[in-house]
Amino acid sequence: MGTTAVERPASTATTPVRRRRVVGLGALVVILVIAGAASLAVGARALSPAEVWHGLFAAPDSDQRLTEIRLIVQTVRVPRTVLGIVAGIALGVGGALIQGYTRNPIADTGLLGVNSGASFTVVSVIALFGFSNPFQYVWFAFLGAGVAGVVVFGLASIGRGAGNPLTLALAGQGVTVFLAAMTTAVALSDQKSLNALRFWNAGSLAGVGFDVIWPVTAFIAVGLVLALTTLPAINLLNLGEDVARGLGVNIAWSRTVGIAAITLLAGAATAACGPIAFLGLMVAHVARYLTGPDYRWLVPYAGLLGAVILLVCDIVGRLVVRPGELDAGVLVALLGAPFFAALVWRGKFKSA
Amino acid sequence: MNRTDVKPSVAPGVRLGGVSFVWRPWIVFVTCLLAAAAFLVFCLSIGVGDFPIGLPQVIATILGRGEQVDEFVIMDLRMPRALAGLVVGIALGVSGAITQSIARNPLASPDILGITWGASAVAVFGVTVSGGAAAAVVDSVGLSAAALAGGLCTGLLVYFLAWRRGIEGFRLILIGISVSAVMEAITTWLLATADIRDVAQAQAWLVGSLDNRSWDEVRVALWGTLVLLAVVTCVAFQFKPMHLGDDVAAGLGVRYSAVRAVLLLCAVLLAGVAVSAAGPVTFVALMAPQVAMRLARCPTPPMAASGLLGALLLIGSDLVARTALPVSVPVGVVTAAIGGPFLVYLLVRANRR
Repeated sequence: MGTTAVERPASTATTPVRRRRVVGLGALVVILVIAGAASLAVGARALSPAEVWHGLFAAPDSDQRLTEIRLIVQTVRVPRTVLGIVAGIALGVGGALIQGYTRNPIADTGLLGVNSGASFTVVSVIALFGFSNPFQYVWFAFLGAGVAGVVVFGLASIGRGAGNPLTLALAGQGVTVFLAAMTTAVALSDQKSLNALRFWNAGSLAGVGFDVIWPVTAFIAVGLVLALTTLPAINLLNLGEDVARGLGVNIAWSRTVGIAAITLLAGAATAACGPIAFLGLMVAHVARYLTGPDYRWLVPYAGLLGAVILLVCDIVGRLVVRPGELDAGVLVALLGAPFFAALVWRGKFKSA
Repeated sequence: MNRTDVKPSVAPGVRLGGVSFVWRPWIVFVTCLLAAAAFLVFCLSIGVGDFPIGLPQVIATILGRGEQVDEFVIMDLRMPRALAGLVVGIALGVSGAITQSIARNPLASPDILGITWGASAVAVFGVTVSGGAAAAVVDSVGLSAAALAGGLCTGLLVYFLAWRRGIEGFRLILIGISVSAVMEAITTWLLATADIRDVAQAQAWLVGSLDNRSWDEVRVALWGTLVLLAVVTCVAFQFKPMHLGDDVAAGLGVRYSAVRAVLLLCAVLLAGVAVSAAGPVTFVALMAPQVAMRLARCPTPPMAASGLLGALLLIGSDLVARTALPVSVPVGVVTAAIGGPFLVYLLVRANRR
């Protein structure tokens, strides 16, 4: 395969390397805070830093103009920013994990049919039960994402083709084409689900309230905890299964925990903000470039990078096509697809 | 072990002037059988409807010896739809056979390579954007032509992006997947921003359907397909050694880059013609060559048999979509329903080997 297998033992991290990694992590946190602040300030109505501050913390009985600003900041901008950070972290960590477990450099939660599985269940339950509130169909999106992800994963890991990047990409694309046709068939028969679908499908951070964000964040938190517990095992797995087994890793158990974590992270993020492809793929590569192959460092970097990129795409989307908006998912795809193509073109990996 | 009188089973070659080919009676037999089956389903599809017409009358009418009532119903009302199915099926089948041979991967089809998504994106753009220069262009050349142009541009884009000192199947497929993701994102965004009535129209187009075809639409697809098939037939004889690998093909004297480029261009155009006539009908281009290959017992997808099987598959699916199900659905839903499990089968098979 000769893909991304770890070539250096993880324990060579000497003190200066460690210091550089900690500084890098700190810098990413700072960038994320700046992006978050910008996300609060930028929009159809631009706010100054002072206005944002007032909007966040001023007492409710201020004058008319401040009440208005408080309304914008607290009901529109804050949920949007929080969702961007949470979903970005989830997709980034999910992408890094999936690449670690499959040892496949083009693995991405969005390319694995997760998105189309979620779309299909959302449309189906809207058509069947007439749901209208995102809070009702989020759970089904979650379910569909999980099932589709596990199916694609399973298909790609049968027999000798397992671990071949092409097999996984094709399995994901095939399931996506299939589910997309089915989704359209359902959506055509039902105007309401068609309408709900087309907004959800674009991958947007807008219009989701805290009633959706809190439960989604809870799932993502569980996924993150699971992810963190498996990081040492991923490092060992990347040395090869036999080596890992010899060093005392319970491979089946660690795989199960890993897939559970990936499903929780990708499913919850997809359920909340619709399909966002390529984000996990991109940040995992950037993080690997920055930190090297040690997953204990790579994964946190990927999470923070995911949040930064998603927020920045969302902010840019609010600015480029005024008075309308370009959805974050569309921008991420426009950014990620060329990145992916460049990876393929530079021949970073070969078919098995 | 040591018996020397066992002849290796090499098929005899036939040479006619400058053209030579291998004489394999089984392939010819399968192809004729498929042609007969496709014609039968074609006639059956014409006969079925609110005003049912028996198979003998349909055949008599097609041959020009039918009654006047039948002739009106068949030639004016039902023929365009059935013919569209035939042409689109053949185009998709041949297109899939070419792309699968070039990429040397059974799963490489125009669906996966992004050509259908590119055509769809442009078509949806045409439906949803009203006013402005873009809409004026789409209005003047028509939706079908716009979709065809979209498919062609996407195909060329994929080809040039995948070009790096030659074309490699692996790179072609992955680049195709990334380009189709971009086209998909653009389509989704167009749908999200458009008026809901336009969206319903665009979405109906997106699933692939043979409903309400007129002679005008069919005529364009028919001539386009015929011309392209003629080109493919001329070039395909040079194509045979291709599946042995680039080095062998070059050694055998095939100007393989040029031949491959022409064939790939034809495949893209065929897929574009099909999409412009019926929308992005999924999986036909993937399934037909694979089934044809197994029926004909060939190492690579046979062109003629793939095309005929594509027609059989598409018209048959349309028949099922119209009659067998409680509600009438677009044909693309039926082909997707068959194609999904077939894809799973192919993946599992490919991995077992």
